Amino acid sequence: MNVKVLLFCLLPAAPVLAQGFAGLGTDAEGFAVPERGRALQFPRDHGAHPDYRIEWWYLTATLQDADGRDYGAQWTLFRSALAPGESEGWDSPQVWMGHAGLTTPDTHFSAERFARGGIGQADVAAAPFAARIDDWHMTSTAPDGADAYSALQIAARDADFGYDLRLEANGPLVLHGQDGYSVKSAAGQASYYYSQPFYSVTGTLDLPGGPVAVTGQGWLDREWSSQPLASDQTGWDWFSIVLEDGHRLMGFQLRGRQTFTAGTWITPQGQATALPDGALSFTPQGTAQVAGRDIPVRWQIDWPEQGLSLQTAPVNPQSWMDLTVSYWEGPIRVTGSHDGRGYLEMTGY
Amino acid sequence: MSLLALKDIHKSFASAEGPVAVLQGVSLAVQAGEVVALTGESGSGKSTLLHIAAGLEPVDAGQVLFGTQDMAALPDAGRAQLRRGTVGLVFQQFNLVPSLSVGANLAFQARLAGKHDAAFCTDLAARLGLADLLSRYPEQLSGGQQQRVAIGRALAARPEVLLADEPTGNLDEATGDAVFALMLELARAQGTGLLLVTHSARLAGQCDHAIHLRNGRLA
Amino acid sequence: MTLQALLSHWARNKMQLAMLLAGLTLATALWSGVQALNAQARGAYATAAALVSTDGAARLESPSGQLPQALFVELRRAGVLVSPVAEGRFIMGDTRVTLLGIEPLTAPPGTAAALADGDLQGFLSGGGYAHPETVAQIGASDMALTPSQAVPVGTVLVDIGTAQTALGMADQISHLMLTGPAPDAMPEGLRMAQADAGAELDGLTDSFHLNLTAFGALAFAVGLFIVHSAVGLAFEQRRGLFRTLRSLGVPLRSLTLALALELALMALIAGLAGLGLGYVMAAALLPDVAATLRGLYGAPVPGSLQFSPVWALAGLAMAFAGAGLAGGQALWRLWHMPVLAPAQPRAWAIASGRAMRWQVVGALALGALAFVLGVFGSGLFAGFALLAAALLAAALLTPAALALCLRMAARLARAPVVQWFWADSRQNLPRLSLALMALMLALAANIGVGTMVASFRATFIGWLDQRLVAEMTVTPRDAAQARELEAFLTSRVDAVLPLRRVDATLAGQPGAVYAMRDHATFRDNWPLIQAAADSWDRLAGEQGALINEQLARRAGLWPGDRVALPGAGDVAILGVYPDYGNPLAQAIVTEDWFDRLYPDTPTRQLAIRTDDPDATRAALLDEFGLTAQAITDQAQAKALSLAIFERTFLITGALNVLTLSVAALALFATLVTLSGLRLVQLAPLWAMGLTVRQLAGLELARALVLAGLTMVLALPVGLMLAQVLLAVINVQAFGWRLPLQIFPADWARLAFWAGLAMLAASAWPAWRLWRGGGEPLLRVFAYER
Repeated sequence: MNVKVLLFCLLPAAPVLAQGFAGLGTDAEGFAVPERGRALQFPRDHGAHPDYRIEWWYLTATLQDADGRDYGAQWTLFRSALAPGESEGWDSPQVWMGHAGLTTPDTHFSAERFARGGIGQADVAAAPFAARIDDWHMTSTAPDGADAYSALQIAARDADFGYDLRLEANGPLVLHGQDGYSVKSAAGQASYYYSQPFYSVTGTLDLPGGPVAVTGQGWLDREWSSQPLASDQTGWDWFSIVLEDGHRLMGFQLRGRQTFTAGTWITPQGQATALPDGALSFTPQGTAQVAGRDIPVRWQIDWPEQGLSLQTAPVNPQSWMDLTVSYWEGPIRVTGSHDGRGYLEMTGY
Repeated sequence: MSLLALKDIHKSFASAEGPVAVLQGVSLAVQAGEVVALTGESGSGKSTLLHIAAGLEPVDAGQVLFGTQDMAALPDAGRAQLRRGTVGLVFQQFNLVPSLSVGANLAFQARLAGKHDAAFCTDLAARLGLADLLSRYPEQLSGGQQQRVAIGRALAARPEVLLADEPTGNLDEATGDAVFALMLELARAQGTGLLLVTHSARLAGQCDHAIHLRNGRLA
Repeated sequence: MTLQALLSHWARNKMQLAMLLAGLTLATALWSGVQALNAQARGAYATAAALVSTDGAARLESPSGQLPQALFVELRRAGVLVSPVAEGRFIMGDTRVTLLGIEPLTAPPGTAAALADGDLQGFLSGGGYAHPETVAQIGASDMALTPSQAVPVGTVLVDIGTAQTALGMADQISHLMLTGPAPDAMPEGLRMAQADAGAELDGLTDSFHLNLTAFGALAFAVGLFIVHSAVGLAFEQRRGLFRTLRSLGVPLRSLTLALALELALMALIAGLAGLGLGYVMAAALLPDVAATLRGLYGAPVPGSLQFSPVWALAGLAMAFAGAGLAGGQALWRLWHMPVLAPAQPRAWAIASGRAMRWQVVGALALGALAFVLGVFGSGLFAGFALLAAALLAAALLTPAALALCLRMAARLARAPVVQWFWADSRQNLPRLSLALMALMLALAANIGVGTMVASFRATFIGWLDQRLVAEMTVTPRDAAQARELEAFLTSRVDAVLPLRRVDATLAGQPGAVYAMRDHATFRDNWPLIQAAADSWDRLAGEQGALINEQLARRAGLWPGDRVALPGAGDVAILGVYPDYGNPLAQAIVTEDWFDRLYPDTPTRQLAIRTDDPDATRAALLDEFGLTAQAITDQAQAKALSLAIFERTFLITGALNVLTLSVAALALFATLVTLSGLRLVQLAPLWAMGLTVRQLAGLELARALVLAGLTMVLALPVGLMLAQVLLAVINVQAFGWRLPLQIFPADWARLAFWAGLAMLAASAWPAWRLWRGGGEPLLRVFAYER
């Protein structure tokens, strides 16, 4: 193990000790905690929330080249705070971690970056919006007056891969749960969670074989919290799916003593319906040997109320983010009652 | 007065089964120019008696007299002086100083005793048939040649008493006889008293008289 | 069965067995002890290197030694993977440490490993990590220190923020570690230094370790002399037994195997004992070695030994190899022995004239090799090869030379006993020759190393007196305090001479450029080995630089040549100064020029000239408020330098004594094993009227005479060794050359010890002879029956 794991033990993949005090708005260490009914404000909430323990800007894109070959790209900036608040210089308690993934049908690339807050190596500015770590960035290209996330440029680069993508949103921001207050366990753990699921994407992938021009669809998740998981929750399976009829489905299950599920059904116009615990069911259909473990890479997703029955298959079963904090994340194809594409993230295996 | 007189010599050695008496009251005398043979079975104490006579080994009881000089009264240095000047010793083997040439070996005891006479030494070497071997080293000589050097060395110092322990025991009969005859001749010519340990009755018969040892006593 | 019969020999020859085991044990102990020391030191360098670099990683640095932190962020944002380091000397508690500030998130994996099990939050909020020895040295301190073996001794590892605050380096860093590919274009003011600190230490200390290894090998070789003679004698004594066993139908293969097995058993026992002894020896010597490495090279080596299976296995392997080498000849002869070979105990080791001639031929060949190496060789390895060849040649020549001496002595002798004494000594020479060769090696090594150290000490002390003229030096905390100090002192003392330097690569070597103020202190005292005309005036006129001897010798640069200084291009070399105790290259330019070349370089130290050091010291402490640790007076500095010097050669002295002891043991072993054989040679003399006391006295005298002759022979060899050490090895290893000086008093002392060692070695057999009266001699004749 190493020092970076110690820092990122605060990430959702591991249980957080601080519990309760939800009603008080802060936990024992002085971190703010999400409160039901607090309205999200933009562009303020596009930026960082240093009073909360963890936060991320999470973009996934399902892409195709001119020949119809499938690709997937992931750009993530995690923020983790050792103490609430921000200050200048090395005293800053903020720690940043960037992840970049690029999936082709036969190869999966991943890379990471770490940085301390306070010195300018990594930060997120709300207006004009820019999230950066080293030379990786997610920068708003939206015109004045428009929502900062309505147009973005993202780029990341490592020794053997890189990408540069431009994203245009074709729909509004979508708030999950109750106006962005997203419950994560039966015990009441929650986060603030909203998305921009309506991107169309164009750009270039840098692969060992040379640059590849691609187009596709993108999905941005924004989430922050201080106490995301219940102590018995060991990991999750999270789906973001764009159906051919224009509907979007976000759904996840948190595995623990009791499985907790939640989701959001989004119309092509951006109207969201929160799906309560138990509405969706997720059933593994087949596993693959990935990084020395059995990982369920094929799933059956059911929403009986709506007659939704989807089967998912990975573009590349070996979409393993082999990094300091490791997990499975990659593009999927969806068939069944509806066809579509999406992204799947699985942690805790 | 005898040249050498041993009187009532007793000697025993320690062994695992207690002391073993080797000599039990042996007396003998050697006169100037006399040749005495000492015979006996193996283990009868012949060599021990000879070592006692040379002052190499102390006695339990009895007297060793050179003329009037009692050996027991002498300190270690005195006994060494006696061996150097008065006594000549010839053993069956291990006689010669390996690091010295034949010539140096021949002259060695005479020079130690301060009685070195180069002409005599040369004459002796010639008579012993060693004249061509003087610059050789002992290890380059045959057994008979080595024994002749040992005898020559003892005689070169013109000792009063020559003690010889089976001097021809290692030699074939012809060589042994020749060496023995030469020794007798030289001893007699110098008036040296000779005490000779041998198990050969034939050699003992050529001596002036013979003493036989049996179980530590004179027979 | 066969093995049992073979082993029964040792029950009857306990002393022989003891010698064999002792020889192998000592050889293994000295070898493995030295290896343990080397392994420990190398491990410490690796720890130091791992902490500040990835394998083979380069670092980016500025000649001034400092970079703005903003440059780090700029490079990261440009995609260059670098990690910042802020380091400096810092007084903590009771000691001065290197405060090493790193950024754990971007640092290479080795750095992060040092923190692996630690409290990271504590680290980021001001905690530190240090080697347990350093933690103990610091004692009470404000910083929360966590002991860690992964941090080199003398270093405190902290977060970069902590280091910047403590060292007064806000927004400044010392250098950048490159953790990814190098940037396409190097930013202005930065340069890449390929060699990291660890590799530098490795290079600098290589010579020291090679030195130790050479000594270990010498001791091992001397130990093998003992084993060889014991194994060889045991073989000869058992010839009869071998013959009997063969006649009884024991196959040659089984017999050889049994003998090999016996040898292996001894190697195992002695090897294990040797490892234990070696460990104890290394543990005892390590503090000095560590102090030397720290003092001489600044290499962070902890003073407590850690067991490493690597050198243990290597030591055991050496024990087996040694036993094999020493016993191989016996095995080979057994394999080739006819079934009914005659027993010839006396034939053993009586080297014929032919053997001695071969030794002389070998010695001449080795001597020629040494000559060729001396004339054409270059480099440290060639230097040691030259030494090895010359020493071996001298050792091989020893028996022949002694034989010649004894033959001449015998010619001169008149008295028969004296003649016999010389002749007998000569005849027994082959039996003693191995042990005498060992003694010769040990004595020559002692003379050579002793002369080298004494020559060095004499030169060094004279140089210190010249060089340390400043009455005191002050170490400011930072650049600001340096300026304040200079202002404070200027009116109070005769002169304040600031010391500034920038790290630089000079003629391809790591080094530094120093600033020197034009002041009479330097003109009058600074020693120069070679100087151009008007060197001081031309230095003041900024027409060139002085360089140190290390740089001059390694790069072959002397007055009249030119050397490139960073930012100044090629400048003339005006003089070369001796600079003992410093492994790095140096160049000196005048202060004004330095300040223009390398502006804003902080002052590291201030040398002070004053008539009243006590008052100055009091003023600094009371009025200025400096801590006592920041002031070093002249006497302290001298004492410190001398202490470092003495410690440097303490280990050499200890190994010298050990080598001489091994040689004495070899002699003892040989004399003891030969004492039975000697009786046969002595008995005829006893029978012819020499007393036992005389014979015992002659035996002692013979030992003394041989020791004395060997000592006389060792003198020229030792002086040659000293000359090679001073003129070849020192130049290669340290970069300085010293004049050879002669110290006859040391030789007399060594001769005394050698005589004593020889007396001790021969006393026991002689005493046994004397105590036994004629009894043992008589038994020679008694064997006749």
